[in-house]
Amino acid sequence: MTGAVLCGLQKAQFWYGFGYINGMNKKIDDKEMNFSNPVYLDANATEPLRPKARAAMLEAADVTGNPSSVHQAGRRARALLEEARNTLASRMDVAPLNCVFTAGGTEANVLAMHGLGQGRRFLVGRTEHDAVRKGMPDGADVGWLEVDTHGQVRLDLLEAALHAGSTPAFVCLMLANNETGVLHPLDEVARLCRQYGAHLHVDAVQAAGRMELSVEQCGADSLACSGHKMGGPKGAGALLLRGPAPRPLTPLFEGGGQEQGRRGGTQPLPAIAGLVAALCDGLDNPRDLAPLRNRLEQAACAAGAVVCGAGAPRLGNTASLALAGRRAQGQLMRLDLDGVCVSAGSACSSGKVAFSHVLDAMGLGELAGQAIRVSLPWNTQEADVERFVQSYTRMAAGAGLALA
Amino acid sequence: MRILVAMSGGVDSSVVAARLLEEGHEVVGATLQLYDSRGAAKKGACCAGQDIRDARAVADRLGFPHYVIDAERRFQDSVIERFADAYAAGETPVPCVACNQGVKFTDLLGLAKEIGAEAMATGHYVRRVEGPQGAELHRPVDEARDQSWFLFATTRAQLDFLRFPLGDMPDKAAVRQEAERYGLVVAGKPDSQDLCFVSDGSYVDLVERMHPEMAGPGEIVDQSGHVVGAHEGVMRFTVGQSKRLGNAARLQGERQMVVGVEPGRKRVIIGPRAHAFVSALSVRDVNWLVDAPPEGLVCKVQMRAREEPRTARVLPTADGATVLLDAPAMPAPGQACVFYQGSRILGGGFIRRTEQPVTV
Repeated sequence: MTGAVLCGLQKAQFWYGFGYINGMNKKIDDKEMNFSNPVYLDANATEPLRPKARAAMLEAADVTGNPSSVHQAGRRARALLEEARNTLASRMDVAPLNCVFTAGGTEANVLAMHGLGQGRRFLVGRTEHDAVRKGMPDGADVGWLEVDTHGQVRLDLLEAALHAGSTPAFVCLMLANNETGVLHPLDEVARLCRQYGAHLHVDAVQAAGRMELSVEQCGADSLACSGHKMGGPKGAGALLLRGPAPRPLTPLFEGGGQEQGRRGGTQPLPAIAGLVAALCDGLDNPRDLAPLRNRLEQAACAAGAVVCGAGAPRLGNTASLALAGRRAQGQLMRLDLDGVCVSAGSACSSGKVAFSHVLDAMGLGELAGQAIRVSLPWNTQEADVERFVQSYTRMAAGAGLALA
Repeated sequence: MRILVAMSGGVDSSVVAARLLEEGHEVVGATLQLYDSRGAAKKGACCAGQDIRDARAVADRLGFPHYVIDAERRFQDSVIERFADAYAAGETPVPCVACNQGVKFTDLLGLAKEIGAEAMATGHYVRRVEGPQGAELHRPVDEARDQSWFLFATTRAQLDFLRFPLGDMPDKAAVRQEAERYGLVVAGKPDSQDLCFVSDGSYVDLVERMHPEMAGPGEIVDQSGHVVGAHEGVMRFTVGQSKRLGNAARLQGERQMVVGVEPGRKRVIIGPRAHAFVSALSVRDVNWLVDAPPEGLVCKVQMRAREEPRTARVLPTADGATVLLDAPAMPAPGQACVFYQGSRILGGGFIRRTEQPVTV
């Protein structure tokens, strides 16, 4: 824990070394304030790189061999890869041969649905990430699982859906929601899935590395995670399969038969080493961000915000703040111009700010287009939260820098 | 000051952004995404995928923040559907006016205010002149690129907030030169075209897709209802047009033209060209950029995007205005009738559909 706090402090000094701390009451040059030292509160889009992950990446980048090569250089790369796999397996409580490395969370989710979902009907949560919502094979039989107003899956409807079909189901429910941080009641979900012979796939992209997780214990048959959401680099993820024996999995593309023939393509060793180092760092230095998050939510509510999903158990770092009557994109732009990086819903490749299907599924109506997501990174400092609160309060009041 | 620049990804709005930045303003770029960028993009159309990339590239190069604004649904509802509905009601709409009025000058301008901007600038070719009674809207210096007719519905409050830096440019070549001077990748990009949302085929396909009941062949009738010919679809006809009438183009030695369209009955009504002109028309949804003179005013009116303005007397009414033309003309319902005094726009409205054109 001390380690993470220290690292964060160094980072904070780097960010706020000039301009901010001493200049709080002065008029600061806009450009300097906006772009030289932004406050980054968009961890659920991607976490800042952890120093240990960076070190592991750099080390792995200097390893020349291809893990599939038979010569000594290849063997060295292979050893590094398998060491990473073993570590990941032990931290996530899964057999090493059931850890399949992918290019990221989306691929891990899609691989599970395509590779394990044959002959099954899909039951997919309404609030799933697009990686899952749009990841089913073409022509798949898909039923949608409704959530309650807090964002948790309706267990009664899940059971009814499991009960209704004759073919076995493939259930996709995420552990923690990327927009609200809301956690589904996974124990209950797993129990129902077992009872009805359904496969349970869990998208744990936002949860892995942020909490202790045992694939064996949590009841998931397959689970997806992603390196850069834990403070590792972008470019690696993993699909973890439950059970002691290597589980067959049809690859999306065969390539050279890597990953036991379950995922073709040369493994990106630096990204994988970074993923595993980030996971370990996160689990070894757990940090409860909920107090900072709660402080931020209280201030936002005082400024007129509503916290979406507040009634359910949530990730400690995530706040979904809706401001009635104020478009999400305007809020986002205003905060960004003020040097505060947050997001509305999930990051989309085109960069546009869209309506949130998550909040819509929770029955929040118009608010689905009026909410921003604040997600605190592992190295968040109190000063970051203070600065957010300042900007948010000013934004909510409608007065701004330009008019000050 | 902080200025939001509406960037289409074309050369005009890019030059606007570059110039304002050079003048020392805090420029914020915004591009409206009007349709799904994954769909087929039409070459030369505005606001498709490539244009967003271009706008972003310009912003990145010049170093100011740029945002993509999702306006898909709003554009669909407020422009495309209204466009199709107007056709279905027998009018010939001007979608660019609806787009400027709604998506651009209401939504985007509202966003500009939300982010604390003090003005919004666009690459339109019009001039905003600070007059004794506030901001005035004028034709640009470059007559060939005049867009004032499309902007007549800009309200005085909107105009107050808007800036059109290109209104003073002598011609497009000068704008391109400026783009090159700034090193903008879009300097040589072709101009965008009208009806940006029609991706392939034509607007006819679009409207027929949205209003299938209007599709298909029908009758051409004269003003007393006698069938004088057949046509391939009412969508292809606008009041005032003489093309596509086939054998009915000339009846009893007289040239004919479309005087009315009845989409419900799939009928096109024609009449003798020489007699079909009107000297009075009614306009609705009038936007006044001066205090509406109760006694009326004598000015020039322009009833199509490209035509010579004609002298008229405009009388404000409870629900719009009546326009009395000096010389008869053939106004098309749904098109704009814009009132000018010299280069200045005094106001304008949309031409009402009348059941029976007044023959002279």
